[in-house]
Formats: sequence, structure tokens, C-alpha cells
Amino acid sequence: MTAYIARRFGQALLILVGISLVTFVLLYLVPADPARQIAGRSATAETVENIRNQLGLNLPFYEQYGRYVAALARGDLGRSYLQKTQVSELIASRLPASLLLMAGAIVCELLIGLTMGLVAALRRGTWVDSSLMVVSFVGVSAPQFVIGILLLYVFAVQLGWFPIGGYGTFRHLVLPALTLGILGSGWYARMMRSSMLDVLRQDYIRTAHAKGLKGWKVLFGHAVPNAILPIIAMIGIDIGMFMSGIVVVEAVFGWPGIGQLAWQAIQRIDIPIIMGVTLVSACAIVIGNLVADLVAPLIDPRIKLR
Amino acid sequence: MRNALLAGVAAAALLTAIAPSFAQEEKQGGSMIVTYKDDVSTLDPAIGYDWQNWSMIKSLFDGLMDYEPGTSTLKPDLAESYTISPDGLTYTFVLHKGVKFHNGREMTAEDVKYSLDRVTNPVTQSPGAGFFGSIDGFAAMADGTATSLSGVTVVDPYTVQIKLSRPDATFLHVVALNFASVVPKEAVDEFGADFGKHPVGTGAFSLAEWTLGQKLVFKRNPDYWKPGVPKLDEIDFEVGQDPTVALLRLQKGEVDIPGDGIPPAQFLQVKDDPTYAPLIIEGGQLQTGYITLNVHTPPLDNVDVRKAINMAINKDRIVQIVNGRAIVANQPLPPSMPGYAPDYKGYVYDVEGAKALLAKAGLPDGFTTELYVYNTDPNPRIAQAIQQDLSAIGITAEIKSLAQANVIEAGGNGSAPMIWSGGMGWIADFPDPSNFYGPILGCAGAAEGGWNWSKYCNEDLDAKATAADSITDPAKKTEREQAWRDIYLAIMDDAPWVPVFNEQRFTIRSENMGGPDALFVDPVHVPVNYDYVFAKNVQ
Repeated sequence: MTAYIARRFGQALLILVGISLVTFVLLYLVPADPARQIAGRSATAETVENIRNQLGLNLPFYEQYGRYVAALARGDLGRSYLQKTQVSELIASRLPASLLLMAGAIVCELLIGLTMGLVAALRRGTWVDSSLMVVSFVGVSAPQFVIGILLLYVFAVQLGWFPIGGYGTFRHLVLPALTLGILGSGWYARMMRSSMLDVLRQDYIRTAHAKGLKGWKVLFGHAVPNAILPIIAMIGIDIGMFMSGIVVVEAVFGWPGIGQLAWQAIQRIDIPIIMGVTLVSACAIVIGNLVADLVAPLIDPRIKLR
Repeated sequence: MRNALLAGVAAAALLTAIAPSFAQEEKQGGSMIVTYKDDVSTLDPAIGYDWQNWSMIKSLFDGLMDYEPGTSTLKPDLAESYTISPDGLTYTFVLHKGVKFHNGREMTAEDVKYSLDRVTNPVTQSPGAGFFGSIDGFAAMADGTATSLSGVTVVDPYTVQIKLSRPDATFLHVVALNFASVVPKEAVDEFGADFGKHPVGTGAFSLAEWTLGQKLVFKRNPDYWKPGVPKLDEIDFEVGQDPTVALLRLQKGEVDIPGDGIPPAQFLQVKDDPTYAPLIIEGGQLQTGYITLNVHTPPLDNVDVRKAINMAINKDRIVQIVNGRAIVANQPLPPSMPGYAPDYKGYVYDVEGAKALLAKAGLPDGFTTELYVYNTDPNPRIAQAIQQDLSAIGITAEIKSLAQANVIEAGGNGSAPMIWSGGMGWIADFPDPSNFYGPILGCAGAAEGGWNWSKYCNEDLDAKATAADSITDPAKKTEREQAWRDIYLAIMDDAPWVPVFNEQRFTIRSENMGGPDALFVDPVHVPVNYDYVFAKNVQ
């Protein structure tokens, strides 16, 4: 087990180095000059050149990347080109909001997805089943900004149940978490449905019925726990999906997370912030996958780590 | 420039209107909530250069000069008075006594000198350093051989003298820019690069709280040196708010000013709603939207081709595309800018005339070219309208819709034959005609990487521009304006641009916000003049 974790950490490190290199190359190749963005429109060529030198933008690529990695190894993500603030400070101030949003989204997608899947499986072949599957299909396919604006309009503006965007209380969290969770809940509904159908056919369920257990005891004592296990293991993988979703959801709801930070930095070619957010997101995805793999054998002893 | 809507100075439509009186009858008190989509990048006056932080910095800091609220009329600010030597090269400013920084220390002439040294020092990386090029000793600062401007002298604690290396008629505007704000050395030393997050100035408000990505709180400076100012006790800036959401919150009474304005998609709906129409205030701004024609790219190097393109563009239709939020332009300067030529007709829309000119240029069947455009709405739609207009005279323009930084790069290195300036267009830094020339139409800006995307360079006009800016005698103001008017009309004869429209400004505010309309479309303070608007619920 320890050897396995050590090997996975080694792989994770390689993946992160790879991602940092690819992102750095892409940003290096973007036909736009950060020094000119900083220097402003009335700057002389001399000023621009001076800034380029200060930031090391005139150095050959490998040297720029080397400097970045060397600083990174010391835990230094650099300073924003335009805000001049430490990137680590900017990310640290926004990460809690994004993590909270993701936690909320996980709760939403499990609650909605598992319930829908369970009901659909129990009512298999009826109109309930087919309409739930249509709903889950819509959830999977609808763009998040559409769902977000729709929820905002109905539940915040028209009904006034929730605040219109913002951050701070539990009520602020509901709509953005729901928006982010709806996509995943569609997947979970489908997985839960097929998993339940699979389990309900098993011999032990028939045995449970045969020994005279009540229907709901069979369902919640034997069927659901077994059907849910493979699904729980998927949560870690969701983190990756959330990372792309939060950019949109945070913008719609004014949620002060790292998605907004990334979006603003990209528009302004603020390379240190883009690099920082990319690396943090990559870390989250790598850790999420690792946790998913580590948890799987605990849930299902048939899975072995190699 | 770092933001699409960068505004140094925008001008009220009625520049000639009498300055509203800002007597102190309104009671101080109350608060307002302003929302923005983007987080505030910095509040360091040497660094901040976007339309969002520009007016926030103005409320935290003061400079030697400022403008009358709601107008673009210059007036002394931290300077009590000033004198200009007869040769126009020496400016002497006498400072107000007893002005205190937010940290309690008195502001003196040493601080003025320190602030100018700081902004011109390349280590500061100020985007505004170039504005101070006329101060004696600037060159030595720029190349790093000096750390202090030799032209700026502290005469006594309340007198500072600035020597120029050349006459500069715009210099009083330059010291009214945020970049010339007075900052205390000890605070800059303490916070270093983070000064922009911990601003200390002499302004009407001080920064009380900044939660990154969420909220900034400005509190009234109780020791402010101007009696009765500011009117509000507190301003809360809530950031990360989508403009559509901000408008919904305004309608629910949760927001006083949506800082990003009315989103284009909701504009007509809000404007036609009798509840909200009275809350909207319209003003002009010192902005021009234009198409640049690269004068070195064949066949655009032929002046007849450039004139034909000028005649081919249906500007009225483009104004319709932006829901009428602009007025048609026919010259580089916007109407409220001194030097504007009101009688000039420009190139009138004339498809047949345009075809005839193309034929004269030897291109009766037209040609193929590229039109670069910033990829945010409504710019791609405007580019399509331009594309259609051009195809009507046989020109096939392929649209290159790119991120802002990429368009600016293509314009700077001269690889773009045509660029629609929307979202990146020129908004004046200060209300003076010279501000529309140097970087965007003069030879200096035509160099590699410059903002003169037409790469138009007319040495004769450059000489005339220098001559016009040497007219520093206020008595010869009209003569100077005429000189600039002639320069811009001469440029139009060479047609390096198609001036398309001048954007109008529309500010919406809650019913609780009071003050003359001019404050809500203040030429210098976007979206509103934070220091002078007041809360009706405390009156």
C-alpha cells in the first residue's frame, strides 16, 4: 500500500511537471507581449524593453521556465504582472470559496442523482422512469450558464427565496451549488439506475426477500448500499469536471473563487496567475483521482491496488 | 492600456454647460453600494490604469491639479495656486497647508517630488511614466542613470518647482492625472509591491477593508481638507457581480450603481421601462471608434482606396447595432473635445462614389483583405456589418476575431491590414486634442509595437503638432485649438482611419442617489463622482 501511494505520488509529480511545461509553452507562444500590457499605451519602446528585462521575458525559453520551476520549488508562485500581488495570496484568498462550492455541488449531485436513479430503477419501464431519464439527459446536456441564469431568475428574482448572487451565507451557496451539481446529478442518476437494476437481479436480494425481510429493509439494507458503492468511488473524478464548471458558475453567481481569478487573468495575459491557477487545479484533479483509486478497494474488496 | 473600456477621461456631452454648483447644503452621511464584475486590480495610483480603478484612486488620492466636479475644467487641487514662467518652461506650485495623509502625517513638497520620482522610475513599472516626458531629467530616469528627476525642486515645504525640457501646453492636465497623485514614502516603503492593496493618500475616502474577490469598503476621511466633502460616509464596492445580475439587484433595491453599466442585451428593455428610464443619465465621452487602414499594406497604401473604404461604410447602421448608444463620427476627435471641427462633413456614405474611386485606383473588381476585431460582443457583429459594406464595393474582408491582446499585438507589429478598434479604441486620458495624436496617429506611435495601427507617419504634421503644443500661453488657446483642428483635417485627407462613431455613456443609479446629473456622467470619474454624489435618505 505504502509503495503504491509513493509510486502514485511520483506519477502525480511527473504529471504536474508536464502540465506546467505545456502551459508555460502555450503562454510563451501566445502572440501577445505581457510587457506591453504592463507598460501601457503611451509607453516608449525603452520603457517596454526595461520591463521585459525586469521580468526576464527576454531570456531564452528554457531559462524562463527554469527560473519559474526553481521559484516553484521554493513555494513561490511569483507576483501578478498587473496587480503586483503574490499569486499564492490571490489563490489562497479564493480557494476556500471554490472548495465550498465544490462540496456543495457534490452534496447536490449525490442527493438529486441518487434519488432519481433509485426511483427510476424501482419504477423501471414506467413513465416515471422515462421522464426521470429525460430530465437527467437535459441536466447532462444543458449549458451551465443557461441553468445558472434560469435558476437565478426563477428562485432569486421572481420567488425571492435566495439572494441574487454573492457569497457569505448558506443561502448564497444553494443556487450555485445546484447549478454545478445538476450536470453531475444527471450522470449519477443514470449510473445509480443501472447499478440498482444490476443489484436487484442478484441472488442475495432474492434470498433476502425469501427469508421474509420487509421490502424497504431489503432495499435500504441490502440493495442500495451495494448499488451505491461503485458510484461513491467516482466522486474524486468529478473534481476535474468541476474545475471547468466553476469558471462559468462563479462568473454567473459572482462567487469569489479561483475560476473568476483565472478568467480575469486570461483576458489580461497575466501569466503568473494563469500558471498558478492551472497548477492548483491540476493538483486538485490529481489528488481527486488518487483518492478515488485509494478509496475503491476499501469499498469493494475485489479491487486490488497494484 | 489593460482594459477594453479604459477611460482616462471621458467628457460630459455638455462640456460647455455651466458647471453645476456644488454648494455644501447636502448633509453628509449614508452609504452606497457599487458593483463590478472584475475584482479591482490595484489602487496604486502609479499602476492603476483601467476605467474601474481610475475613479476609485481619485477618491483615495489627490494631485496638484484636478477638474471641477462634473466638468473637464482644470482647477488647482493640492496646489493652492501655481505660476508659469513667461517661457512656459517653469511651473511653480504652492501647496495647501495642513493637508494630512490617511496615516496622519502632513503632506509637503517633499512628497510631491517623491511621488513624481517614483512614477517615472522604471522599477515602478508605471504605465503612465511616458506622460511625464517633458519634465527635465526624464530621459535620465527612463534609462536608469538617475533615481530622481533633476527638473523637480523642493523650494520650501510648501512650494515645489517643476522645470520642463520643452514647452508642453498639456502639462497641467498631466499633473491632474492619477499617475501624479501624491503618495507618502513611508507607506510605499512599508508595503512595497503591495502598496496597491494598502493605499495611503490624502483623498476624501480611505480604504477600510478589502476582501480579495469580494468586497472593498471605502470610509469617509474625517480629516479631509475640503470642508463638507465627501457626502457619503461609506461606499461598498462588491466585485465579482455579473452586470445582468447587478441590474436585477438594482431593480430589487440592493444596489445603487451597477459599475459596469447596463448590459447591451437589456439596454432597450430598461430604457423603455417607465420605472427605470428616469434613473438613466446619458452623457458623452471622449471616445472614438474607428477602423485603421494600414498605409503600408497594398492596396491600402493607395489613398484613393482608403477614401473609397471611408465612403463605403454605412455608419448609421453600425450605430443601430449598438442600440443607438453612439453618434456617427466623421473625424478623429469626438464632438466634446476642444479642436473638433463642427462644420466638417467628412466622407459621406456613397457606394457608387466608392466604386468609382476604386476603379480610379485600378481596382474595379475590388481585392481581398483582412479585418481584425476584438472577439467580444458587439464587436464581431460590427465587423460583419463592415464586411458587408465592403463587399458592396467588391472588397472581400476576412474577419479575424481574436482576444484583445492578440489584436493589439497584430496592430502593433503592423501585420493587420484593417482593425476595428471597438473595445480597445481610444478614450482620451485628458480633455486636450493632443491626446488623440501622438500615440495613435503620430510618427512616435507608428514604431514597432506602437498604438498607431495605421502606421501612418506624416513628418510635416508631427512638426505642426509639436508647434501647437508649444503654445503655452492661455491667451492663445483659440489659436492652439485651430492648429489642432487643421492637423486632424489634414489627417482626414490622407484617410488612415475610418472614424465610425463616438460612444455615449449611460449610467443607471438607484432612486436614493442624489446630485446633479453631471456627477453621474462625470468626464473624469467613471461611473460617477464618488466624492460629491449624496444619499437622499439622510437629507
